[in-house]
Amino acid sequence: MTTLAANRPAYDGKTLDLTGKSGARAFRNTLATVLIVLCFLIALIPLLWILWTVVSKGYSLLLDANWWSQSQRGITVRRVGGGAYHAIMGTLIMSLICAAIAVPIAIMGAVYLVEYGKGTKAAKVVSFMIDILTGVPSIVAALFIYAVWITVLGFNRVGFAVSLSLVLLMLPVVLRSTEEMLKLVPDELREASYALGVPKWKTILKVVVPTAFGGIITGVMLGLARVMGETAPLLILVGYSKNINLNPFDGFMGALPTMINQDRTELALEPAADRVWAAALTLILLVLLLNLLARLIARFSTIKSK
Amino acid sequence: MSSTDGTGPPDRPTDRAPGPKLDLGPVGHLGDRLFAGLARGSGGLVVAIVAFVGVFLLALAIPALADNNSSFLFSRIWEPGGDNPRFGIAALFYTTLISSIIAMVIAVPIAVGVALFTTYYSPKRLAAPVSHAIDLLAAVPSIIYGLWGILFFAPILRPVINGLASALGWIPLFEKPATDNLGVVFTASVVLAIMILPVVTAISREIFAQTPVAHREGALALGATRWEMIRMAVLPYGRSGVVSASMLGLGRALGETVAVLIILSVPNGNDPWNSSIFAGGETFASKIANNAAEFDSPEKTGAYIAAGLVLFVVTFLVNSAARIIVARSGPGGKRPRKNRRTGDKAAQTEGATP
Amino acid sequence: MSVNRLLRVGTVAVASLGVLALSACGSDPEPSGSSSPGGSSSSAAGGDCPKGTLNAEGSSAQKNAIEEVISKYNEKCADVTVNYNPTGSGAGIKQFNANQVDFAGSDSALKPDEATAAEKRCAGNPAVNLPMVIGPVAIAYNVDGLDKLILDGPTAAKIFQGTIKTWNAPEIAKLNPGVTLPSAPIAVFFRSDESGTTENFAKYLAAAGGGAWTGEPAKKWTGTGAGKEKSAGVAEGVKSTKNSITYVEWSYAVDNKLGVAQIDTGAGAVELSAESAGKALAAAKPAGTGSDLALKLDYATKEAGAYPIILVTYEIACTKGLPAEKTALVKSFLSYFASADGQSSLTDLKYAPLPEETRTKVDAAIQAIS
Repeated sequence: MTTLAANRPAYDGKTLDLTGKSGARAFRNTLATVLIVLCFLIALIPLLWILWTVVSKGYSLLLDANWWSQSQRGITVRRVGGGAYHAIMGTLIMSLICAAIAVPIAIMGAVYLVEYGKGTKAAKVVSFMIDILTGVPSIVAALFIYAVWITVLGFNRVGFAVSLSLVLLMLPVVLRSTEEMLKLVPDELREASYALGVPKWKTILKVVVPTAFGGIITGVMLGLARVMGETAPLLILVGYSKNINLNPFDGFMGALPTMINQDRTELALEPAADRVWAAALTLILLVLLLNLLARLIARFSTIKSK
Repeated sequence: MSSTDGTGPPDRPTDRAPGPKLDLGPVGHLGDRLFAGLARGSGGLVVAIVAFVGVFLLALAIPALADNNSSFLFSRIWEPGGDNPRFGIAALFYTTLISSIIAMVIAVPIAVGVALFTTYYSPKRLAAPVSHAIDLLAAVPSIIYGLWGILFFAPILRPVINGLASALGWIPLFEKPATDNLGVVFTASVVLAIMILPVVTAISREIFAQTPVAHREGALALGATRWEMIRMAVLPYGRSGVVSASMLGLGRALGETVAVLIILSVPNGNDPWNSSIFAGGETFASKIANNAAEFDSPEKTGAYIAAGLVLFVVTFLVNSAARIIVARSGPGGKRPRKNRRTGDKAAQTEGATP
Repeated sequence: MSVNRLLRVGTVAVASLGVLALSACGSDPEPSGSSSPGGSSSSAAGGDCPKGTLNAEGSSAQKNAIEEVISKYNEKCADVTVNYNPTGSGAGIKQFNANQVDFAGSDSALKPDEATAAEKRCAGNPAVNLPMVIGPVAIAYNVDGLDKLILDGPTAAKIFQGTIKTWNAPEIAKLNPGVTLPSAPIAVFFRSDESGTTENFAKYLAAAGGGAWTGEPAKKWTGTGAGKEKSAGVAEGVKSTKNSITYVEWSYAVDNKLGVAQIDTGAGAVELSAESAGKALAAAKPAGTGSDLALKLDYATKEAGAYPIILVTYEIACTKGLPAEKTALVKSFLSYFASADGQSSLTDLKYAPLPEETRTKVDAAIQAIS
């Protein structure tokens, strides 16, 4: 449908070519096309460059099976070897715990804003608070959890504390995008459902949320991508360990960003530099994997809902 | 429905509104009460979290601010802790703002351009992989943007910096210091622009793709060129989405920590203040992160938390301004959403799963 | 339906992650077989190996040293996991006093108020400062064609204070006869984070600068220049900026292939080496009395062949009061660190080993931990 529509203006432009005005319009149209394509090309350069840097410098270590199965125990910055297993698991554990807490709150919060509280003072307050939360720098979120978890509650620094601070960062991202997506669900769908006597909560669960499902998943992925790459909370809330630790409630824990952070100070040394780029590439691939999974699920569910 | 209906736009066709009668039944259900309670609870939880964070940070910041011997807002000295704590945020404020503004000026137009390209200009076959690649870039950890920025990208900015400085150097904003240091505000701004580009693009794209087919086809049927169609149908429809996407981007730029920390060099306390974007500086977030390891006394920590609070307030003000802009753009920006036809669903699924 | 879908999402996600986790059931890498485990010389270090996890945090100046020692220690004691977080001296002491780590690494001995807090953390027993690693600080520069640069205390102080602004200043030219110096301005880089390296370097400038250095030595830089984050940052800054200079741990200067200035202490120019740094340490005096091993360095030393800019980094541990199992771990690991075997691995990493006399005292202090 879009392609059909896209073909039309060129034709229209020609039929109206007789007046001077349409010449200017055609010119403006061409100019806009050129500018938009140019924007695209300009954006592509740094983006491809970064990807190329990470991939070309990082891929070789990823081909080694040890990278996926071993920790960095006993490997110093001058030594080659070891892997990122400890960091991959740490990142997965901490971000999945975060998602498990943040996503339900975010989706229900968005449901509240769009379906229940729309236009009310309370919804405005909530919306406003989300804006504030959006602006919370990760370092402040980390400081806040540090003070609550360690200073007040007296616990040790552990992976779970990181998850808690990541919740503060993920919540507004997922909530806002879910809200936008719920808003885009046509009221006609809701009305049709109500007309059939379906209760509101079922309408939301079975009509509204599924319709917006693809967009919601995209938001969740954006949120996950954001928290997986966060470094500041990891620096403050859990010590980096080169050893495998799968318990988020006890002890230091490795994570990919802190693994990068450890070795980035030694970029002059080849083994360390290789690990920096390889860890970065691993992180990107991890997010890509989740992304593909999400798209698959989104496509799958959209077809089903038709 | 009553809540949705009560706030519905005035232009909504009233004859189709089912009225409260149909609505009353469902609301009585236990499931409905529970679900509504859950939704309200989540909303309340968000408010509680923010309030708790705010109150808590204030409680930590106030004692330090009370002991401050210097103007917190107008001083650029930063010597918290000790017997004579003196700290002010003027310099931090300036660098944070100028770097984020430059980043936005660069990133938002390009992001809108890219979003339009992938939704309405590029061949279908290209649009999907490009969108995926850009989404992927949101996944690159900020620490990598920082490393790449200072090691690989900054050297190619050197001629740009020198060119701008020699052309506009008479303006203090573009005055270049004697040394050849690349860790300057301008470098950080450009890297920030690259960092927020994927976020702004991804959201703008989603919104543009949702423009009702009827609007687009209507514009084209009236003889509009593709650009005019975009200007008349797509941009007004997506305006609030782009503003909120930009807000998310700005939030990220204002609060970005590690990348800025790696790139920016910090001016020493003795030199006079330099407002040039070709000089070093510190943002709120980079200042806090750089010193987070040494929060050894409540007074010191309080000073940094006070700085964090200001970052809070700045972001909040920016967000409020953006909200007002969205609100002012009024029904024109909002109307299409409510009047969407079910046919849009096809467009939406097209956009979501290319 | 949507609940089912959510369940399906969850199942797929969990399953795929499970596959990832199971397909690569994690393990630790094999110890590099460079030295034989359980070698004879190391048997003095702590006897039997305990089991458990030891967490430590602090000075980034000793990061490379302690990582190397951990690696070698693990060859001997495979069942002990030692984590060291190089977040900075202040952070290390803070985390130690907050009961978050078992021992701390610091570039300076505990200050009185810190010592009080540490005593509380150690259940009423004093904490001990154990000098463990000596890190020479290099004055690193990047000037095209300048292979050798000689500086003395006053000149270095003036450069870092900002009173000497160009490379061809008469003070520098006088120390480097026959060398062509550029007329370019000097770009000074300093550590923007609070750092023990900065404090030690400022102490040197204050002691040897002949009054040219006006600031009070502190972890925060008071001189001129542009600040970069951590040692890696200043090294990168100098590497990418022509006509620049900084102070940085020796290993960073070497790894980044930066020029290292020789220091003229009054008895001729001294090149930075393990021996010349060790000589300066030998001139150091104990700052405290009794079992307190904190050292007072003589930065203004005029001893021939002694490189004066060094920093001593300490491990800070409880003398008593840790749980028995932690005590055994701390003792075992620190004994190895202070052993001749442990110290011998540090020279390759551009640290200087502890002089034998100090090492014996440190070892005795560790054995006294109970």
